Order: sequence, then structure tokens, then C-alpha cells
Amino acid sequence: MGRDSGAGEVNALPRADELGLIGCPVCGLVCRNVAGDKRLDGDGVDDAMACPRCNTALQRRKPNSYMRTWALLIAAFFLYIPANLLPIMRTASLNTIDDNTIISGVVELWVKGSPGLAIIVFTASIVVPMLKFLALSMLLVTSQRGSGWARLQRAKLFRLVEFIGYWSMLDVFVVALLTALVRFSVLSRVEPLPGVIFFGLAVVLTMLASMSFDPRLIWDGRDTDD
Amino acid sequence: MTKASPASLLICKHCDTVYRRRLLVRGEVARCARCKAELERHHPLSVNSLLALLLTAMIVFMQANIWPIVTLGLNGQYSATTLWGMIITMWQQDAQVVSVLAACTLFFFPMAKMLMMGWLLWFARRGRRAPGFVPLMVGLHRIGPWTMSEVFVLGALVAVVKAHTYFEVTADPGIYAYAVLTLLITIFSGVDLRLLWDETAGPVK
Repeated sequence: MGRDSGAGEVNALPRADELGLIGCPVCGLVCRNVAGDKRLDGDGVDDAMACPRCNTALQRRKPNSYMRTWALLIAAFFLYIPANLLPIMRTASLNTIDDNTIISGVVELWVKGSPGLAIIVFTASIVVPMLKFLALSMLLVTSQRGSGWARLQRAKLFRLVEFIGYWSMLDVFVVALLTALVRFSVLSRVEPLPGVIFFGLAVVLTMLASMSFDPRLIWDGRDTDD
Repeated sequence: MTKASPASLLICKHCDTVYRRRLLVRGEVARCARCKAELERHHPLSVNSLLALLLTAMIVFMQANIWPIVTLGLNGQYSATTLWGMIITMWQQDAQVVSVLAACTLFFFPMAKMLMMGWLLWFARRGRRAPGFVPLMVGLHRIGPWTMSEVFVLGALVAVVKAHTYFEVTADPGIYAYAVLTLLITIFSGVDLRLLWDETAGPVK
């Protein structure tokens, strides 16, 4: 069968698709694939079966996984640009108005003596979203080409992206909480600025993008498709 | 095709590999040999202890929402906020998107999740499927990734540190309730509610 990934035992593991089985994405029930067509492209066409236990539509692969993930990822990226360039928060006091971007907020934390938190915020707001854009693009390109390269590492990378994705919402909550707290009439006020809205939406879209990617596609390439 | 009945099989949702299911002993985690994803883990907690923990989480969640989270002081003036105070302020400040996001991920979804779980577990104690079992199980699966209380706790910490430079900061009961809630959420995140499909009697297909 497969020529990938070396170890003989791994190649002996049967995949549901080869056995004519489908696992329900919601309840996990193993169902027989009566439609029985051999397409692995994830388009989901005429896979109109429902799980007998939970009624969820059964599809061999998530429908239109590549298209949806690309669309959501590109949309997220276009929101992520203004999210970083526009200020997310305004601090106003008696005679000063200070607009903060995500980066300037991180720098301020660092300078004011909380390098630990600065690193956490930097990770959540910059590293994690960038990692998601790069990782998902790479996963999409390699899977679309049916690459057998580093499958295990790619599978692990996807699970990491899926797991850490929602922590990016951190900065949005920081701005929201500061806005609600710092309300000392003219003395000191914090207001949210449009950047935070773009940022929140970008995070939601990257989460939707990673949910619409089907990790089984990583393992579907030519090498195992006999 | 396969001799085993589908109920005794297990498919890795990450790579589509088929396994024969076997009983796990305490502390055991079954991993996929192909992609190393977790397939199943043994649940040390019984339905009753899950229900007890859930009840605790509900009480703590209520506290977290009622009490102010932190108080800031500036020249003798004080300002405090609750979660809902924050959501309403964001709405008034023309950040409705953020307001709705916060309301859903920090209040409505976590609350819905706990109520749904509680309802399902209450009936599961007697090995029964609660009315509405199927749509509720599907609903729980769908809202799963959209609850963010633990992110909010870290956010509150960052906000406190940022505010600390300019204001006197007093921690209020709400923040402690949130901290406890995060602990409980961590326990629950290891629980795969799919076990309820097997542990409760339903129409056999």
C-alpha cells in the first residue's frame, strides 16, 4: 500500500475510507458508507447520509474544506492588517491622549516592568495569529498537492493551531475590561478604537478557518491513495 | 468486510484510521498509532462526581458574574466593573462587535454549556437519556470551542498589571471566582462527553 513514513506497522493501519466506513464527526459512531464513492477530494457531493445516532450529516471529508479554509483564512488576514496598524485603545487623561496599537501595548508592558506578561500578550496577539496564518497556509498547500512530507509533524502542528487559537482573544478582553474600569470622567478614560474590532473579527475568522480544515486531508495524498 | 460490529470500532477523527475499541484502565489514554492524536481516555470521574463538579461550577460562575472583578482607585475616586458592566460599556462605546463576542463567549455559551451538561448528566445518573438528548449533545459539540472564560482570566490579569501603573488596584471577589472557575474548566476539558452516548440507553440501530 503506502510508501510513506517508513514504519511498517503504520502502513498496516486501515483507514476508514478504505474499509467503506465513516466516523460521525459529532458522536463518533462508526457507520458504513453506503454511498460508497471513492472520492477523496473532500467535496462532499452526494454524500447525503445521516448518522443513525445523532442525525449529523455524514461526509467522508468536511465539505469544500480547502475552499472554505482558504476563504476564511484570507478574509482573516485582511482583517488582521488593520487590526495591527490601527490603534486598539485610547487612553485619555487631563492633557494627554495616547493611542495604543497591539505592538505599543506590548512594548509598554515590557518597559513598565512586566516582561513576563509582555511575552504572554505578544505570544497571544502576534505569534499565535501569525503561526495560524503560516501553518494553515502550509497545511493547505501541502495537502492540496498530496504531499507525503512530514505528515506526523503537520498533523501535530494542526492540533496545536486548533488548541491555541482562541487565546488570541486575550487583547480584546484586556481592552474591554480597561474600558469598563478606567472611567474617571475627565481625569482618566480608556476608549476602544476600531483596531480592536478588526482584531476580534480576525480571531473569530481564524478559528472558523481551522475548524473548516479537515486534518484527514493531510493523510489522504497520493502516497496512500491506492 | 470487517467482522467486528461498528460499535466496537473507533475511528481517529484526525486521520481516519480505524481501531478496535478496547476497555481502558484507570489513567490510560489511547493514542492513534498513525497521527498520535488522542483517541479515547479513561474517565476516572463518575457521572455523579461530574454532576457535583458541574453544580460547583455553576455556583462559582454565578458568583463570577454577580461580583465586581476589580476596583480601580484614583485620587479617592473608585471605579469597579462586573462582566456585564464590561459588556454594556463596550456596546455604548461603539464596539458592539466586541460586546457581542464577550457576551457570547463569556456568558451565554458557558452558561448554555453548563445547563445542557447538567440536564444530560442528571438523567444519565439513572442511565437514561434526557429529553432532547440528541439535539443537546450535538449543541454541546458545536459550542464547545466558543467558550473563553479562561482567556478572560488571563486578560483580567494583564488589565490589572496595565492599570497598576496609574491606579490603585483592588481585587474583588469576581476575580477569585473566575480563578476557581478556570480550575473547574480545566477539569472538565479532560472529559469527553461522548461517553454519554455509550453509557445511556437509547434506541439501538
